[in-house]
Amino acid sequence: MWPDERVARFVVENFIPARVHVKDDADAYKKYGALYAAQWTPTVLELDPAGIERHRIEGFLPTDDFLAQLMLGRARIDFQGQKWQEAEKMFRRVYEELAATDAAPEALYWMGVTRYKASGDPIALKETARAFSTRYSDTGWAKKSSVWA
Amino acid sequence: MEIQFRHDIEKVLEEAKDQKKPVILDFSAAPM
Repeated sequence: MWPDERVARFVVENFIPARVHVKDDADAYKKYGALYAAQWTPTVLELDPAGIERHRIEGFLPTDDFLAQLMLGRARIDFQGQKWQEAEKMFRRVYEELAATDAAPEALYWMGVTRYKASGDPIALKETARAFSTRYSDTGWAKKSSVWA
Repeated sequence: MEIQFRHDIEKVLEEAKDQKKPVILDFSAAPM
């Protein structure tokens, strides 16, 4: 996962990368494993600048799925910071560039929410529900958006 | 491009605040 060029570039451009090795950094693992409730490896956390967890990836993922989850988490950090434009752009990248991953329908859902948050216009939610009728219709995210139709 | 993971977590969290930059925190058991 990590050595992939796309993953490495995305991480370097968007985050300060840090690692706690459960054996080699035993003291740090005791402290930060407890603080962030990391009880399994690999566990990858995306923290906002205040150190608050905004996204969690537990277990191995193939590269595309891993990259999509990293992008999803980065978008969630911007979403929490009410940076709607940046968040929508990153959600859209997941949806358009990594459409075959499990993260894509989640990105579509949050893309709609972000557009609504930015504009206050409920049409953004209606359009999202409509999009789910033709794509990812068998996912939980389609169910969640169905109330907007 | 290679990711240079840092292990000084406390300092990383301080710098994240100062630089307003998010953090990737990888808990790993893989051979280093």
